[in-house]
Amino acid sequence: MKVIKEKHPLVMRWTHWVNFPILAIMIWSGMLIYWANDEYSITIFGHTFVRFFPDWYYHLLHIPQRLAEGMAFHFLFMWFFALNGFFYVLYTIISGEWRQLVPNRHSFREAFLVVLHDLHIRKTAPPQDKYNAAQRIAYTAIIIMGFGSLLTGLAIYKPVQFNWLCWAFGGYHLARIWHFALTIGYVLFFLIHITQVILAGWNNFRSVISGFEIMNEEPEPIIEIKPSDDEKPIQ
Amino acid sequence: MKNLFSKKNKAPKNPLTVEQKIKRRNFISFAVFGAYAAGAYGGWRWLYKSPGETPGITAGARKPLRRALNKTELFFRRLTFNENHLVKTYPRSMAAKKIRHNSDIGSEGVMPPEYWKLQVKKISGETLQITLDELMTLPRTGITYDFKCVEGWDQISHWEGVSFRDFMTHFKLEAESKMDYAGMETPDKQYYVGIDMPSAMHPQTLLAYQMNDELLNGNHGQPLRLIIPVKYGIKNLKRIGTITFSNSRPRDYWAEQGYDYYSGL
Repeated sequence: MKVIKEKHPLVMRWTHWVNFPILAIMIWSGMLIYWANDEYSITIFGHTFVRFFPDWYYHLLHIPQRLAEGMAFHFLFMWFFALNGFFYVLYTIISGEWRQLVPNRHSFREAFLVVLHDLHIRKTAPPQDKYNAAQRIAYTAIIIMGFGSLLTGLAIYKPVQFNWLCWAFGGYHLARIWHFALTIGYVLFFLIHITQVILAGWNNFRSVISGFEIMNEEPEPIIEIKPSDDEKPIQ
Repeated sequence: MKNLFSKKNKAPKNPLTVEQKIKRRNFISFAVFGAYAAGAYGGWRWLYKSPGETPGITAGARKPLRRALNKTELFFRRLTFNENHLVKTYPRSMAAKKIRHNSDIGSEGVMPPEYWKLQVKKISGETLQITLDELMTLPRTGITYDFKCVEGWDQISHWEGVSFRDFMTHFKLEAESKMDYAGMETPDKQYYVGIDMPSAMHPQTLLAYQMNDELLNGNHGQPLRLIIPVKYGIKNLKRIGTITFSNSRPRDYWAEQGYDYYSGL
């Protein structure tokens, strides 16, 4: 029979969906800024594999000549990005949800097994709680990355007033590279995230909006027939 | 067992079946989600299409974004700006030999020092006319630091000149130093910047006449330029013609093109 199984608390659903457009705007406005000095590429032994970014890409997204606009958007939405992130972290701490999210000592070994399972190399996945080991690592890493974006951003935004922060990230150049690399990290996270969400199916996706999953459970044998406690009367 | 349960769920005394609960919760959640998505999209369209600010001291930005820039400026000025926060300096040997040249609006060509005088407009109405020779008799300050452009590049470079503080003291501009802003313009008025006084009076702010071992050349603001390490390059005016003081924001070339007025680092 069908059973409602609570999965994602309201706050986690809201912060998730609030973050999505904010992060999209931060990445977009960040590209408007980056364009003005687009010096990064992945070059190994003199061969350039990826150039950030090719001209066709800039023109497709109408990026060129919008530095001032990019900065104006970036320095407004940074506040929302930070506030939403702090609120989420505060909530996970206070509610105790962090116990489901933070990797434990088995997670790193188990995550490897999860990856093998998801790639159809291994038949079984290790038993899990709300999130599997790979999810725990990914969802904790993304929060640390968000925090990293805030700090590296602050370091390159006010490199004089926060010169200690700039120093901590290895100087202005390196702080700027970290800030950029973290953004590439979000994009990679997003690609894997979307793939996994599609593979996991509707029940899982819906739970990030409605908060629950529907399970088919074999009812436990009972002796006395009466309405269960969690079934509320009509309201 | 199954039959027993489904019977129970369908019993009239128990109006909300699991199926109904699912439906109801889905409906509410997706309705709220849809409203949120529509609201977010609408909010974005509103912001993206919001009218430009009325051109004045600042121009070229969307009205709400300009307001946000100004508020953010106040936040960071009040919370973080401290004149004791010094810009990191480097050994002189690290300074670039060839200093990058980005733009020379208002400072094209050459301006031999003998054809130039710095005009300082005092609040009394009097105008000081100062020659480069006179400035060069003042204590000389040098700095090797990482010059930062708003575009994102930076370069370690070495500059020498008079610290703005020493300049203000020497020419007895105490009253002027209590004003909120200093405005600087090129002799042809083509480029101009407004600097908040705390940044101008920062100990590392220079009126520079020398880079590396040479007097400034045409490309770098001959004969005198501003070197203000607590600001982006756009505020480091080349070829200073006049200096004014005021309590309201002086006009600023890039703030009129949508950039943040403060542009502090």
